[in-house]
Amino acid sequence: MVTIFNRKAAAPDTPEPIEKQVLSRRDLLKGGTISLGAILVISGSSIIHPEFAWGLETSNLKPETMATLIQLARDIYPHDHIPDRFYAIAVKPYDAKAGEDPKTKKMIEEGIADLDKRAGKGGYIGLGWEDDRLAILRKVEDTPFFQTVRGGLVTGLYNQEEIWPLFGYEGESYSKGGYIARGFSNIEWL
Amino acid sequence: MAAPFDLKDDSVVVIIGSGAGGGTLGNELAQKGIDVVILEAGARHEYEDFTNNEWDSFGQLAWVDKRTTSGDWRVAKDFPNLPAWIVKSVGGSTTHWAGASLRFQDHEFKALTHYGKVKGTSLLDWPITLAELEPYYAKAEDKMGVTRTNGIAGLPGNNNFKVLKAGADKLGYKECHTGNMAINSAERDDRMSCQQTGFCFQGCKWGAKWSTLYTEIPKGEKTGKLEVRPNSMAQKIEHDKSGKVTGVLYTDKDGKQQLQKARIVAVAGNSIESPRLLLNSESSMFPNGLANSSGQVGRNYMRHTTGSVYGIFEKPVHMYRGTTMAGIIRDEARHDPSRGFVGGYEMETLSLGLPFMAAFLDPGGWGRSFTSALDQYVNMAGLWIVGEDMPQEDNRITLHKDEKDKYGLPIANVNFSDHENDIAMRDHAYEQGKALYEAVGATRVFPTPPYPSTHNLGTNRMSEKAKDGVVNKHGQSHDIKNLFVSDGSQFTTGGAENPTLTIVSLAIRQADYIAKEMAAKTI
Repeated sequence: MVTIFNRKAAAPDTPEPIEKQVLSRRDLLKGGTISLGAILVISGSSIIHPEFAWGLETSNLKPETMATLIQLARDIYPHDHIPDRFYAIAVKPYDAKAGEDPKTKKMIEEGIADLDKRAGKGGYIGLGWEDDRLAILRKVEDTPFFQTVRGGLVTGLYNQEEIWPLFGYEGESYSKGGYIARGFSNIEWL
Repeated sequence: MAAPFDLKDDSVVVIIGSGAGGGTLGNELAQKGIDVVILEAGARHEYEDFTNNEWDSFGQLAWVDKRTTSGDWRVAKDFPNLPAWIVKSVGGSTTHWAGASLRFQDHEFKALTHYGKVKGTSLLDWPITLAELEPYYAKAEDKMGVTRTNGIAGLPGNNNFKVLKAGADKLGYKECHTGNMAINSAERDDRMSCQQTGFCFQGCKWGAKWSTLYTEIPKGEKTGKLEVRPNSMAQKIEHDKSGKVTGVLYTDKDGKQQLQKARIVAVAGNSIESPRLLLNSESSMFPNGLANSSGQVGRNYMRHTTGSVYGIFEKPVHMYRGTTMAGIIRDEARHDPSRGFVGGYEMETLSLGLPFMAAFLDPGGWGRSFTSALDQYVNMAGLWIVGEDMPQEDNRITLHKDEKDKYGLPIANVNFSDHENDIAMRDHAYEQGKALYEAVGATRVFPTPPYPSTHNLGTNRMSEKAKDGVVNKHGQSHDIKNLFVSDGSQFTTGGAENPTLTIVSLAIRQADYIAKEMAAKTI
């Protein structure tokens, strides 16, 4: 089972500091946890984002693999105003798929291991500059692994209704009577 | 009331497909008192069932049965199993179309005469002229409620149109307006007016855009002469020893194979399925498929020379608000070889929602070059190029050698490669689109590649002589008198215009012809 837990219901683009968390960052850093960069923390089978209070539990993929997938997703489609949890939601299905299909599991685990190997000590996620990670991705962009992840993101990321407002896209309009009285021709700068 | 006809009733006209061609023909015949059964492969979704969500709507309406692709077009690489973005649902692609309703130009019916023999093409003149079709264009425009005809006002311009118009003015274009649209600008024909909702491609939930689903089909059903059978996939057209067609073998909604007898069969399954059905209907008498003595069935596949141009501006546009395609520049639609190509193209407003923009702006693209474009989504304006592409013999629909559908019939392969004329036209249009947006202050412009084909044409083309095509000037098969083609596959050439108005006009004309010939007992 993979669960995304998001204890905060605030608007996704305005994350509030978390006052109370089940696990504090300090708890996490005690025993058995690995901090990945400054953002994601792996604890047991979970990846936890202590600042913004969401986490993701993996069942079939290694949690480190999932954490790297999230970074990979951001590197493929980088939007600096889109929080990590949307990338996490986009790649989360690979965990379930890995459970159903050993080939998928192998492709993902090996794909990530290859990125880590190419990155050297510290692994892919340890490369601090996006440019260094992109140099690796350009070498693997024609692989089935990369193309599968990229292709899946096209819908996995951009079809999340919650991110549409972050791009200014307003989505469904029929229930609001269309735009006939809501600015279909309100352009002013021309 | 819809009339249920007996499977053994061999007096009915069976139409395969319920879109612009089939739906219109069905109603026209029913209005004349002729019994009609329409077999529609898709389900019946009424307009209140449509959804303002691009992928959900795609799942509801699109024809996603597997097809394969080949040729040098980019669609074959980016969308290898989705050559066309068309519909499997009652109403066919008239649920999805954007409403642009343009008449062909006079010279476009005589493409070979006007363009000359262009190397590598199979250009041909239509066996009909604009003058012959004009009365039917007029009927179609009235039926569909096309703006700027019959005293119907144009639609108001949305933000995307205003950007287009400002650019057109700067470039000196003269013919730019909100289009000839089969979308109500005011209540008409018991349908309400456009509410500027912006999901034209997903099916108009107001019913403001003309679709056979809620115009021709219910009108036909009301006569008691028309029955539409949804979820009924035609598999084979049968014939007798004399070579006349006698009925259609299809799989019904319960997955059972049925044979509907027929006096006449009209094929209107769009330009991929129609030739596929004729080819799959091969027999010992017609080993190359029905109506195919010329070998032209499936050939001369056209898809219009398309492409899009999106521009990013410093300030918001909100292009997705309002009617998607109510904006056109017609100045480049003329035939003017001094531009380096024959034929012409239209430029029409277009927008995609964020999910489809991500899928189609630069398929396969990634990284910041791609994402920084989407980051400016709100500041984007867009236009679509639709121009005449060259018919080529080897651009064609064939039956796949190995792959079969769930009924065991070979699936279709769509082979397409651009002609150099197509490329020259597209490049010209990209340049004009770029100049247009830059004239209004665009800071970045994207020449976006063609999407999976929405205008699929030419694969059962009309010809004067039987050896050059599949059907005559009435869409009647050269080989088999009681077999007709009623969709865009009968187009001899594509013109620069969106094809639906011409398909509807041809269907009205064909209904007159079929009724006359039935009365004369020639068919």
